[in-house]
Amino acid sequence: MDALVAQLQMQFRDYTISLYQQGFLDDQFTELKKLQDEGSPDFVAEVLSLFFEDCVKLIGNMARALDQTGTVDYSQVGASVHQLKGSSSSVGAKRVKGLCVTFKEYCEAKNYEGCVRCLQQVDIEYKTLKTKLQDMFNLEKQIIQAGGIVPQVDIN
Amino acid sequence: MSITCELSNLTSKKAKESNGGENWIKKLLFFFMVLCGLTSLVIVVLMFSRKEETGSCNGEEARVLYRHQNVTRSEIQALVSLFSDSDQVTSFECRKESSPGMWANYGVTCSLNMRLEKQETQSYQDRPWNLNPSGLEHSISSEVRVFDNLEQSLVQHREPENYEEGKDWDLSSYLRNTWWCLLLLGVLVCHKIYVSHSKAPTETKEKVSLQESLAQNQQQQRAQTGCRGAGKWRKNILLLGVIAGVSMSVWWFWDTNEKIILKRRETLENMCEERARVLQDQFNVSLNHVHALSILVSTFHHGKTPSAIDQKTFGEYTERTNFERPLTSGVAYALKVPHSKREQFEKEHGWAIKKMETEDQTLVQDCVPENFDPAPIQDEYAPVIFAQETVSHIVSVDMMSGEEDRENILRARASGKGVLTSPFKLLKSNHLGVVLTFAVYDTNLPPDATDEQRVEATIGYLGASYDMPSLVEKLLHQLASKQTIVVDVYDTTNASGLIKMYGSEIGDISEEHISSLDFGDPSRKHEMHCRFKHKLPIPWTAIISSSLVLIITFLVGYIFHDAIIRIAIVEEDCQKMMELKARAEAADVAKSQFLATVSHEIRTPMNGVLGMLKMLMDTELDAKQMDYAQTAHGSGKDLISLINEVLDQAKIESGRLELENVPFDMRFVLDNVSSLLSGKANEKGIELAVYVSSQVPDVVVGDPSRFRQIITNLVGNSIKFTQDKGHIFISVHLADEVREPLNIEDEVLKQRLALGCSESGETVSGFPAVNALGSWKSFKTVHSSEDHNSDKIKLLVTVEDTGVGIPVDAQGRIFTPFMQADSSTSRTYGGTGIGLSISKRLVELMQGEMGFVSEPGIGSTFSFTGVFGKAETYSSVTKFERFDLAIQEFKGLKALVVDRRNIRAEVTKYHLQRLGIFADIVTSLRMACTYVSKSENLAMILIDKDAWNKKDFDELLTTGKETSTRPPKILLLATSATLVERSEMKSSGLIDEVVIKPLRMSVLICCLQETLVNGKKRQPNRKRINLGHLLREKRILVVDDNLVNRRVAEGALKKYGAIVTCVESGKLALAMLKPPHNFDACFMDLQMPEMDGFEATRRVRDLEREINEKIASGEVSAEMFSKFSSWHVPILAMTADVIQATNEECVKCGMDGYVSKPFEVEALYAAVARFFESG
Repeated sequence: MDALVAQLQMQFRDYTISLYQQGFLDDQFTELKKLQDEGSPDFVAEVLSLFFEDCVKLIGNMARALDQTGTVDYSQVGASVHQLKGSSSSVGAKRVKGLCVTFKEYCEAKNYEGCVRCLQQVDIEYKTLKTKLQDMFNLEKQIIQAGGIVPQVDIN
Repeated sequence: MSITCELSNLTSKKAKESNGGENWIKKLLFFFMVLCGLTSLVIVVLMFSRKEETGSCNGEEARVLYRHQNVTRSEIQALVSLFSDSDQVTSFECRKESSPGMWANYGVTCSLNMRLEKQETQSYQDRPWNLNPSGLEHSISSEVRVFDNLEQSLVQHREPENYEEGKDWDLSSYLRNTWWCLLLLGVLVCHKIYVSHSKAPTETKEKVSLQESLAQNQQQQRAQTGCRGAGKWRKNILLLGVIAGVSMSVWWFWDTNEKIILKRRETLENMCEERARVLQDQFNVSLNHVHALSILVSTFHHGKTPSAIDQKTFGEYTERTNFERPLTSGVAYALKVPHSKREQFEKEHGWAIKKMETEDQTLVQDCVPENFDPAPIQDEYAPVIFAQETVSHIVSVDMMSGEEDRENILRARASGKGVLTSPFKLLKSNHLGVVLTFAVYDTNLPPDATDEQRVEATIGYLGASYDMPSLVEKLLHQLASKQTIVVDVYDTTNASGLIKMYGSEIGDISEEHISSLDFGDPSRKHEMHCRFKHKLPIPWTAIISSSLVLIITFLVGYIFHDAIIRIAIVEEDCQKMMELKARAEAADVAKSQFLATVSHEIRTPMNGVLGMLKMLMDTELDAKQMDYAQTAHGSGKDLISLINEVLDQAKIESGRLELENVPFDMRFVLDNVSSLLSGKANEKGIELAVYVSSQVPDVVVGDPSRFRQIITNLVGNSIKFTQDKGHIFISVHLADEVREPLNIEDEVLKQRLALGCSESGETVSGFPAVNALGSWKSFKTVHSSEDHNSDKIKLLVTVEDTGVGIPVDAQGRIFTPFMQADSSTSRTYGGTGIGLSISKRLVELMQGEMGFVSEPGIGSTFSFTGVFGKAETYSSVTKFERFDLAIQEFKGLKALVVDRRNIRAEVTKYHLQRLGIFADIVTSLRMACTYVSKSENLAMILIDKDAWNKKDFDELLTTGKETSTRPPKILLLATSATLVERSEMKSSGLIDEVVIKPLRMSVLICCLQETLVNGKKRQPNRKRINLGHLLREKRILVVDDNLVNRRVAEGALKKYGAIVTCVESGKLALAMLKPPHNFDACFMDLQMPEMDGFEATRRVRDLEREINEKIASGEVSAEMFSKFSSWHVPILAMTADVIQATNEECVKCGMDGYVSKPFEVEALYAAVARFFESG
C-alpha cells in the first residue's frame, strides 16, 4: 500500500517537475497551489476549470473575429488575447501566456497570418495543457484514494 | 560608450570652433571698423583739399583787386604831380568831366563780374561815391575803404560758396557713404545669420522628442535640406554682393574720373575767363588813358591860343605818363590837314608831309623820316605833329597814307570812339600790333551828333600803338598758374580767317576754352583761346580709391565666403551632434527601460528567495544553519533595496519621477523612521532623537514616502558611520525660524545657534557635533524671502551625527552617484553610495537644497530644505485615530523631565507635548526634589538614565510620597536596556516603567498607558505584523473582468482571512463603493472594458469628495455616515506591468497604491500595510 503510494507520489512529483521543466507551468501555479487549503480544497481545480472555460470562449471569439473575410476587427481579437494572457498568467500557464504575448504583438501589427497561426497554436497548447493537468489531477486523486497525501513539489 | 566618446569629442570640437568663430567675428568687426575709419579720413582729406583750392582762388582774386587799386592810386598821383608841375590845377574840374571814378568803378565792376554776384556790385553802387573835391586824399582813402569792404564781403561770401560746393560734393559722397553703410549692414546681417544659425539647432534639438524617432529623422532630413537651401541662398547673396561691389568700384572709378575731368575743365574755364577779363580790363584802362590824352590835346593844344603843348611838352608828358599805358608802345598826335591847307601847314612846321613807307621794314633806329617821300597829293592829310619819344620817327608822316591807319582814322572820326586796326606788323618792329585811334574835335559836340558833324568837327587824331604779344605776356606774368595754361589771342573780325595775335603751338589741344574779348571797338572781335600746357595726368585718385573698393569687396567677399563655409561645417557638425544626441538619448531611454525591466525581473525571483529563506528560518534549524539563513536573508534584503535605489536613480535621471502631493503628518513619518531605525541604532548604542519645532504644522502636503526615503537615507548613513557612541539627532524647523535668529522662541534651535557661538554648547548625547549653521547659511532658499506664499511652507530638516565625518577632500563628490568618500568606505561600511545622490535629487524635486558640514572625527550634519504645501484644516489626515483616545486620556497632565542635557530634555518635552502633557525641565534629581515638593498633581517624572543616581532618587521618592497622596509615576528613559534589566528595574519597585529611546508617539503611549492605567495590561508592541493578521476580517472588494484573475485574487485574499467580494466591471464596482463604505479596501484591475480602473477610481473619489464637502458644510449630518469625519476608501490598482510604472497615473486619479499581478505576498503586504497597520 505504502509502496503504491510512494510510487504514485514519486510519479506525481516527476510528472509535475516535467511540466515545469517543459515550460507548461510556472511559479504562479505553485502560488495557486499554495492558496489551496482546508477552506477551499478544490481551489486549484476550480480555477483551472474556469480558466479552460475561459479559453474555449475566448478562442471561439477570436476564431470568429478572424474568420470574417474582409475586415478583421483586430481590437476585438486584441481584447480577447489580453484576457487570455491575464488568465493564463494568473494560473501560471506559461506556454499559453508566452503564445499570448506573441499573439498580441501580431495582433497589434495586424498581421493576419501570424494571428491565425498563433490562434491555432494557442488552441493546441491549451488543449495539451488541459490533458496534462488532467493527468496530474488524476494522479492526485489516485494518491488520495490510495490514502496518501499529495506531496509538495519543490521545483528546482 | 563609443557614442559618448564621439559625442564628447564633437562637443569639445564644437566648443573650440565656436570659440574660434567668436574670435573670428571679433576680428572681422575690428577690421571693418578700421576700414571705416580710414575711409572717413580719406573723405575728409579730399573735402579739405577742395576747400583749400577755392580759398586760394579767392585769394588770387583779392590780389588782383589790390593791384587795380594800387594802379588807380598811382595814376591819380601822377596826374596831380603833372598838373602841379605845369601850374594848371585850376582846370581840375576836368576830373569831373572825364569822370575819373569811371575806371576805378569799371575796374571794380569787372573784377566783381569775374567772380562775385550782382548783390555785391549793388552794395557797392549803393554806396555814395565821394566826389568831394575838397580832398583827393580823402577820396582815395574812401576808395581804400571801399576795397577793404569789398575784401570783407569777399571773405564773407566765401562761406556760402563753399556750402554750395559742399552740397554738390554731398551727393556723391552720400552715394559712397551708402556703400559703406551697405557693407556694414551686410556684416551685421551675416553676423545675425551666424548667431541665429548657431542657436537654431539647439531649438530644434529641444523639439526633438525621443519617442518619435521616425518623425525626428524626417525632421532632421527636413532641417538638413533647409540648411542646404540656406547655404545656397547665402552663396547667391554673396555672389550678388561681390558683383555689386565690383560694379560699384567701376562706377566709382568712372565717377571720380568724370569729376576730375569736369574739375579740370572748370579750372580751365575759370582761368581763361579770368585772363580774358584781365586783358580786357587792362586794355580798356589804357584805352581810357589814350582817350584822356586826346582830350588833353584838344583842351591844351586846340583850346588855347597859343597852344600850351608843343612837341617837347607832349613828348615829355607822354613819356612821364607812360607807366599808365604799359601796353602802348607809343602815342602820337596827327593833325587833320585838308589839301588846301597843306602848303600853309608845311610852311608853318617847316617840313613836308611825308608818305608812310609800309614796304620798308628797317628798324626804327635806322629810320630817318627825312628820307621818306613826300606824301602824294590827296584830299586831306593827317601828318603827325606830336609823338612820344619812342615813336618820334613818325613825326611828319601822313597817317592817311597807310592803308590801315587811314581806314582807322576815317572810322574813328565818324564814330567818335576809339577804334582798332586789325593786327598787323607794326611799323619798324617785328611784332604784331594794333593801332588805336581817337579823333580830336575842336568844338564840343552834342552827344547825338551825326557822323557828318563829327567829320566836320574833327581837327586831329590821336593814335596809340599796342604791341600785342608783349601786352599779353606782361599780363599773364602777373597771374597765377601761368605755368599750366597756354593762351592764344585771335582777331576774329573776319570770321573766315582768324588772325593770331599771340600764342604758341604747344599744349594739349584736346581741351580748349574760348572766351570772347571786348576791347571797346564794336567793329572788331577778339577771342582768347586757352588750353592746358600738359596733358591730363593719369587719374591716380580714382584708380586708387576704386581699386581700394575692389580690394575691400574681394576681401569682405572672401571673409564671408569663409564664414559661409564655416557655418556649413558647423551646421553639419550640429546635425551630427543631433543625430548622436538622439542616439544617446535613445540609448539612455533604452538603459532606463533595461534597468526598470531588469530590476523588476530581479525583484520577482528575489522575492521568491527571500520568502523561501523566511520559511526556512521558521523551520527548526541549528544555530549555524540559522546564521547562514539569516545572512542570506539579509543579503537578499540589501540586494532588493539596492535594486530599488537603482530604479529610483534611473527614474529620476529620466525625469519620470513625480512627487505626490498628499497631506501627511510629518511627525508621524519621523516616528516611523525612528522606529524603523531604532533597532540598528540601539544595537550600536547610538542615541536617536527626533525633534519637530512647534511651529511646523501638524499636516503638510507633499510626498511622504519620498520624504521618508530622504530621512531614512540620511539617518541610515549616520547610523552606518557612527560607532558606538554619540547620537543622531533629527530636527525639523521652519526655514523662517532660522532666518530671524534674533527672535527665536524654539529652545532647541536657540541652543543650536548658540552652539555656533561657543564650541562648548551641548548636544543630545554630550559628544561634540558639527554645527549645522554652516550649511544653513549656504542655502539660498532659507535666506530668500521672495516667495512668501501663504499656502507654502519651507521646512529645514537637519540630521546631526557624531560619526567618523567625511574627509575634506571627499566632501566635493559626496553627492555624485556611486561615489563614496573613498573606495575603502564601501569595504568598511558597505553600501553603493547612491543614496545621497538620490536624496539630493529628491530634495531638488521638492524645490529645496541639500548641504552638509562635516569634520572628520567629529561628525557630519546634513541639512536640507523642502517646500511643502499647507494642508487645509478640515482635510487633516487622521492617521493615528487609534491614538486619539489615548491623547484624550493624557491631555492636561503634568510631567517633570529630569535630564542633565537641556537639549535632550527639550526633545522629551516635545514628545510629551504631542500627547498633550505639559512638561517642566530640571537638570538634576536634587532639583527635581525641590520641584516635586513645591508642585502638586504631578502625574509623572521622566528621568534620563544619565541623571540616575540612587541616593538622590531615594530622596525624590520620599519627597514624592510626602507631598502627594498619589505619588507621581516614575519612568526611566534609557537608550538601551535588555529585557532582564528592565524587568529587574521594574520589579525593584523603584520605577514604574522603562522607556526605551528613541521616543516616539506609539511607544510613549503604550508605556504611559501601561503605567498610568494600572491593571490594564496591554499587549507589548507587535514586533511583526503578518499579512494574515492585517487582512483578517477585512472586507475587500476585488474588481476584475477576468474571471480567472478574479478567482485567484479572491483565493489569495481569502487565504489571509479577508472577506472578499468580487465584481467584474468598473460600473458594478462603482455601485458597490458608494459611501458609507462597506469595504475596507478595494483592489481594482486597471484594464477593463467599458470602464477601466482609472475611471472607476476617479468616479469613486468624486463621490467621496462630494459627500465630504457636504459633511464639512454640515449639509449631511456626520452621524449618518457613522463616526468618520471623512471618507476615503483605499483603492489599490492591480496591474500586470510594473515596468510601465503606471504608479504616477494611479496616484493622479486617486488610487492609493498598486500591487502587481499575480499577487506576491511581500508586495501585497507592503501595499496593504499602509492602510491597515494603523487601523
